[in-house]
Formats: sequence, C-alpha cells, structure tokens
Amino acid sequence: MTDGKQVLGSDEVRRAITRMAHEIMERNHGLDGVALIGIQRGGVWLAESLGAEIARVDREIPVGSIDASLYRDDIGIRPVSPGSVSEVNFEIDGAIVVLVDDVLYTGRTVKAALDAITDYGRPSAVQLAVLADRGHRELPIRPDFVGKNLPTSADEQVAATADGIVIS
Amino acid sequence: MKHFRSVDEAGPEAIRRLLDLADHMAEVSRRPNPKVPALRGKAVCNLFFEDSTRTRLSFETAAKRLSADTMNFSVSSSSVNKGESLRDTIETIGAMGIDAFVIRHKSSGVPWQVAQWTGASVINAGDGWHAHPTQALLDCYTIRSTLNRTGSFDGLKIAIVGDIKHSRVARSDIRAFTMLGADVTLVAPRTLLPPEIDVPVVTELDEVIDKIDVIYLLRLQRERMTESLVPSLREYTARFGLTPERARVLPEHALIMHPGPMNRGVEMAVDPSELPGSVITQQVTNGIAVRMAVLFDLLGSGSDLEANE
Repeated sequence: MTDGKQVLGSDEVRRAITRMAHEIMERNHGLDGVALIGIQRGGVWLAESLGAEIARVDREIPVGSIDASLYRDDIGIRPVSPGSVSEVNFEIDGAIVVLVDDVLYTGRTVKAALDAITDYGRPSAVQLAVLADRGHRELPIRPDFVGKNLPTSADEQVAATADGIVIS
Repeated sequence: MKHFRSVDEAGPEAIRRLLDLADHMAEVSRRPNPKVPALRGKAVCNLFFEDSTRTRLSFETAAKRLSADTMNFSVSSSSVNKGESLRDTIETIGAMGIDAFVIRHKSSGVPWQVAQWTGASVINAGDGWHAHPTQALLDCYTIRSTLNRTGSFDGLKIAIVGDIKHSRVARSDIRAFTMLGADVTLVAPRTLLPPEIDVPVVTELDEVIDKIDVIYLLRLQRERMTESLVPSLREYTARFGLTPERARVLPEHALIMHPGPMNRGVEMAVDPSELPGSVITQQVTNGIAVRMAVLFDLLGSGSDLEANE
C-alpha cells in the first residue's frame, strides 16, 4: 500500500466539524427533536464530535449509533461483518434524525442506514451529514452537511478521521 | 463457515464470532419491529425427525426475523411414513431450492451424512446423544451476558448435573464451556456417566454446590428409570435435584440453568421462578438470537467469499 495524500489536516477537520455543527443548528432552529445517529463504524466518532460541539455552543442532544450491515444490499455478494451493536436509546417517532458518516461514496450504506432507522420508528425528517463527499453516487442520495467535497477516482481509498482526511 | 454441526467442528474462533454476532441479533429482537431484511430470498427447511417444540420454533422465529422463508417438515405427515429413505427426502426437498437444512434426528452423525447429499448448509439441531451445538451456543451466550463474561470464561466454575450419558446437550456444553475457559465438573450417578470423559466428576451434588458459579441441570429422562439406571425418582431428587435446601446453599451470584423441558419435582424440586439466579427463560429468549447469528453467518455473512479471496 502506498502512503496516502493528506488533503485535510486535523485542525482543518476540527474547523469543518465546528462549521457543520453550526449549520445543523442553523437549519434546525432550536434543535427541538434533533438527534444525531452515527453509522457504524466510521460515522460514530463524527456523530460524537458533532454532538459535543453542539452541546458546547447550544445544548445537549441525543447521540446514537446504528449498524446497518443487516440491511446492506450486497449481503451474499461481499463479506459482511457487523461493527458494534446499534445504540438508539431515544424515541425515533417524530424526531429529526441527522445521519452521520465519515465518507459518502455510492450512497448504499446510507440507504441501508435509512432502512434500519425506519425499523425503530418514523422520524419526521432525516438529514445527512458527512465529513467527506467523494462522489460516484449510485443512488439518488445527497448530503445536507458536508465537511469537504473531494473529487476522487473509483480506485482510490478515502479515510476520514479526526487526524485528517487521506486519499490513498 | 458452510455448516454448523458441532462445537468442535466450528472451533473457538467461530464460537466467539457467533457469540459477538448474537449481540447484534439480540438488539434486533428488542426493537419495536424485530425484523431485518438480511436473508431475504433465502429458504430454510426445518427437518425434525424427533419431537421438539422449543428448538423448532426458535429456529423458525430466528429465520423469520432475518426475513428468510421457512419450511417445516414433520415426519408424521410426510412420505417417510410411506418408506421414503432419508437420502431421497433430502434430495427431494433440496430440489425445491433450499439454502439451509436445520435437522434433528435420533441417530448420531446424520447432519454429516445429509451434507453429502445436498449443496445446502446443514445446521445440527440435535443428533442422537452426540451434539446440540446451538443449545451450547445459547447457554454460553446466556452465561456471558448475565455474568458479563464477554472475554472468556476463565476460572468460571460450572457444574453439569444429571444424565450426562444420554445427553447431547451435556456433550456440546462441555466442549463449548471448556473451549471458552470454564472449569466444568460433572455431577451424576455412575450409571448416567459416559465412558469417555475428560473433565472432573463427582457423584454427590452437595460436594460442589456451595462453590459454583453456574449449576446446569439436565432433564432426567423418565425411561432411564425403567432401564434401572436410577433406583427411584425420589432418590434421584434427594441426591441430584435442586431442592429448596440446596438452593439456599448455592452462592448468591450463581446462575441456575436448564435446557428444558423441565421435570418439576425431579431435577427441579424448587420453583425456578422464585430463584433470582434462574435464567431459564433468558435461555429461551437467547436461543433465537444465537440461531439468528448461526443462520446469518452461514447464509449471509459471506465468510466463504472471504476465504476465496
């Protein structure tokens, strides 16, 4: 494996998260009924960071995580191994759910996560926050909050963590 | 993994993987809508040549919660009564497009034989006195989740009490518990012990009852009395039954387990619902989660695909 190309440093990631947190607050004035749900595994730390930032500026909102592997459309085609157990300890009915993931690519993981959320209840709305949008969508899904738009080719790998965003 | 037929065949790595996966399945079962689309389009056939309610229903529920289609085959209403051989039965049902057979049979080794006649996955739901691996899995899962032993069973003292000799549950449990690190002791009269044993044995329950973490009571099959392996039910209860006196001696944190169906007043001479350590109903609930884990691992996880890469 070759060393990756760092496109965002940890400071820039932190600033992007701060901006996204503010955008989430701005869009959902008052934050009534808003909850963050990170998609296992990569979206969980980001949901927690966004939740901490929103709590710092405004108030605490529920943060959960969801494992969508049992909803994937490539079961039986590719190996599937679930991450940690889903934790949704709040009411989904009527909530405004902000789904959070590290990298948005084909959109299939988000689709699986949307299906999974529906099994917990009927949110009044679902929004999507991603740290990196690398394009190549295969489904009609678009993010509401984006940390960084990253044009990539399909054979590249994108890793987005608190330490930065790396293309390899 | 292609088949799940015995604890030993699966091995420690797969047992741990299935227990981890069962956590996910238990979470699914707690939801308002306890169903996921993971095995849509897969067909599971329950093939029970022996009586069973809980195991068959548990497998059926597990398959349905994963959105698989289920078929139930019971011998009493089948062509087996017209003399059809096991092989023909398997090949006939297999021709209908089955992805997994869940099979229970009175003869040991049948799941291995069946696997030679079909391309489908085979899950052993009990073969003779030999093995009942999903029971062992649900027992491990119950211990692990109630005693918070996610890592290993190191140092955990488990007594398995009763008719070890004729029990496939005991055989699978001994293998699984020791595989995870537990110290297993068998408690039984000599007449109910198998010749092959590699764990410590005592012949009086009172010798161990005050120093165990788990007491696992086996069902005394009443026909053993007519075979004169047990002198009388009363004497059996006096020596090996969980009586109110023994329940008081049992350590406070100890779990009381039973695979069911129970003989109240024989091996279970107390009302288990009055004992705080009883996890017998949790065993039944957990049975669904571990069977979902097995079905998903065989039919959906793509672990075979990984092996080919």
